[in-house]
Amino acid sequence: MARLETPEALESFRQEILSRRDPDSPCVSICAGAGCVASGADEVIAAFEKEIEAKGLSATVSTKGTGCPGFCEQGPVVVIYPEEICYLQVQAKDVPEIVAQTIKNKQVVELLCFKDPATGKRAVKESDIPFYRSQQRTVLCNNIKIDSKRIEDYLALGGYAALAKALGQMTDLEVLEEVKKSNIRGRGGAGFPAGRKWEGSRNAKEPIKYVIVNADEGDPGAFMDRALLEGNPHSILEGLILGGYAVGAHEGYFYVRQEYPLAVKNIHLAIQQAEHYGLLGENILGSGFDFKVIVHQGAGAFVCGESTALMTSLEGKAGEPRPKYVRSNVKGLWERPSVLNNVETWANIPLIIDKGADWFTSVGTDSSKGTKIFSLVGKITNTGLVEVPMGMTLREIIYDIGGGIPNNKKFKAVQTGGPSGGCIPEHLLDLQVGFDELTKAGSMMGSGGMIVMDEDTCMVDVARYFIAFLTDESCGKCVPCREGLRQMHRILTNITKGKGKQGDIELLEELAETAVEASLCALGKSAPNPFLSTLKYFREEYEAHINDKKCPALACKELINFYIDPDRCTGCGTCRKQCPADAINGDKNLIHIIDQDKCTRCGTCFEVCPPKFSSVVKLSGDPVPDPVPEEERTIRKKIKEKG
Amino acid sequence: MGDIQFEIDGQTVTAVPGMTVLEVARKHGIYIPTLCHHEKLEPFGGCRLCIVEVEDRGWTKYVVSCVFPAAGGIIVRTRSEKVDRLRKTILELLMAHAPDAPQLVELAKVYGADPNRYESDPSFCIHCGLCVRYCAEVARKNAIGFVDRGINKEISFVPEIAAQYCNDCKECFPLCPTSYLQAAYVLAQALSFSEQGVQTMNT
Repeated sequence: MARLETPEALESFRQEILSRRDPDSPCVSICAGAGCVASGADEVIAAFEKEIEAKGLSATVSTKGTGCPGFCEQGPVVVIYPEEICYLQVQAKDVPEIVAQTIKNKQVVELLCFKDPATGKRAVKESDIPFYRSQQRTVLCNNIKIDSKRIEDYLALGGYAALAKALGQMTDLEVLEEVKKSNIRGRGGAGFPAGRKWEGSRNAKEPIKYVIVNADEGDPGAFMDRALLEGNPHSILEGLILGGYAVGAHEGYFYVRQEYPLAVKNIHLAIQQAEHYGLLGENILGSGFDFKVIVHQGAGAFVCGESTALMTSLEGKAGEPRPKYVRSNVKGLWERPSVLNNVETWANIPLIIDKGADWFTSVGTDSSKGTKIFSLVGKITNTGLVEVPMGMTLREIIYDIGGGIPNNKKFKAVQTGGPSGGCIPEHLLDLQVGFDELTKAGSMMGSGGMIVMDEDTCMVDVARYFIAFLTDESCGKCVPCREGLRQMHRILTNITKGKGKQGDIELLEELAETAVEASLCALGKSAPNPFLSTLKYFREEYEAHINDKKCPALACKELINFYIDPDRCTGCGTCRKQCPADAINGDKNLIHIIDQDKCTRCGTCFEVCPPKFSSVVKLSGDPVPDPVPEEERTIRKKIKEKG
Repeated sequence: MGDIQFEIDGQTVTAVPGMTVLEVARKHGIYIPTLCHHEKLEPFGGCRLCIVEVEDRGWTKYVVSCVFPAAGGIIVRTRSEKVDRLRKTILELLMAHAPDAPQLVELAKVYGADPNRYESDPSFCIHCGLCVRYCAEVARKNAIGFVDRGINKEISFVPEIAAQYCNDCKECFPLCPTSYLQAAYVLAQALSFSEQGVQTMNT
């Protein structure tokens, strides 16, 4: 197939692809995203290919490895079209049965379907699974339908129709107006209105302008951008071309961290394919609009996600932020107007142009429109990616979609917005998720990481962890960030070790103020958030650590002791055998005792003590009771006496 | 023509477009402390000590004057309770590394900074980057650079270049506010310069 010279040619090519596909013939989609591959998706794909070949079904049944549909907890995920039967945790050994039952006989293999833990009912289709039921997947939904290495898959689903519409029927200004009207706010950080950012670049005097994809996702536990880059690279590319058209840029960049090798590969491939069909390059679809795209691999420094640091890095220098008070959309890459948006923002653009701004604004809250992808991780039953309309409450996301907290533990907080976000406590669970709502609660949207924490999490330790991450990732250019975070980390570490002093909280507050007000870039300015938000909602935990040398969550190693409850110990010996420090004394029928001097507080005894006994307990702030006297240690004797 | 008028500490000042608040203040004899600023060098914005309070259309914000562009109608305050507090913390953080650096000691008196407020870690370099930037921008030799990131970041001479040029230049030496640079140079010389370099040092 040669270059597509007109929007009409694209449309007829799309029809041709569709005509080659029989919508009724079976297609097996297997998630080939990072999570599912880790749980064996590659073997499942190979098994399907082999089995279909062996059963002589190759001519009628197609197989594809696709992007991530989000339900990582239950991977590998397999969806069989056209019935959309969804199988979870599929292993290679299940494949012959699926082919025999589902593909040949149109029977559902019940055992592989999602089982609702509450009702015990099986859900056959993806849309019947509670995890998916409450979501509204407009950006993520195509991931499972697309083999990201095949542009035909994207075209079959209406890909590049927005580009054809923009170039064929809309002026560049109209595209900009549509994006402005949609009120889409940047999905990567503070939520600046994308349309206004674009307009600033468009109106800037300098004629050479750039559009850039920020694919430097570096938040611990977040992988929404990764899933889109790997699963549906053309959607981001199409968004970028549309942005270039609206802004008047003829050059675009993908800044991708090299820790995402599959993403880098898929984008390169997508660019090649788009160029091949004339959807990228010179005179796109015969419109006279020229646009080229360059991929830049970042070295994976978290700070390079900051706009000016990213641009400095793109210019080939060390990725440090620049001290400038002129916005990058006016003076950015090589001092030229540069629009930098995050992956998810760009992926939304084709949808806005294709379906219109009114469609986009029909979803969301007053100030936050559209949907948002979150990466739901931590102490939550259903780990994975979820896409929900803005305005959904945290409770709905965590309980209805996420399935709540496992092991009957109590919810404590949810950390949103990445390392420099904040922790939101239980009494704010009914908070509607939106840019301004989260900021008001002392956190932020960030790129959409959501880490759920249960009662066993120490909030001082959480603050320490995130500040440690940011201390490591600080570029070190400005004093409040480099030095301030280092001191904050020291003080927080001391507190979690029981070495906290009176005045530490005030000292931390001073350092936080200096970092917020005086840091050069957003990393430093937002870095104290983990401390500030945990102090705001969990101040009593800080005070307990400092004043009583007690960790209320029983998590800080230096502040806890393990103790064996003599009334519950059965002398089974499990803990004694596994104690790596030889700190447990005991024998058959003898109550076990932990030698506190030898104990390294590794927690092995606590973990391995059979739940029916639960005789190992954690203590913090309370003295460890004296060991049972030798004459009372024999378990049989005790039972006799009691009887 | 094209002059900008605004206010610094109650005094009306004038500037031409493109000037920073710090430049305007200095032109009018108004003192703002700096550590990483040098007239011959591009603004760096690293030490953040030149932070000032700016009131712009009713909004108060804190900006570093070495890079903040002069704008008509703004009100700049070079000292306020909060500005002083921020400068004090910045000085205290730096003094954890270089408690006796003369510039820091002087400034500490002004802002009431306590050199022992934070756990000390005498590494002496305060990362102002004056040496690195001077060598790159003025001497154009790039004999010294920053290596690593964050709290591990440090200055380092490039032995091959330094052995060739530094002995006859040393223009960066007086720029260093803590004298750490000289120590780093001597160390680099001893460890990695040619035999001749070592001899020079010994004699």
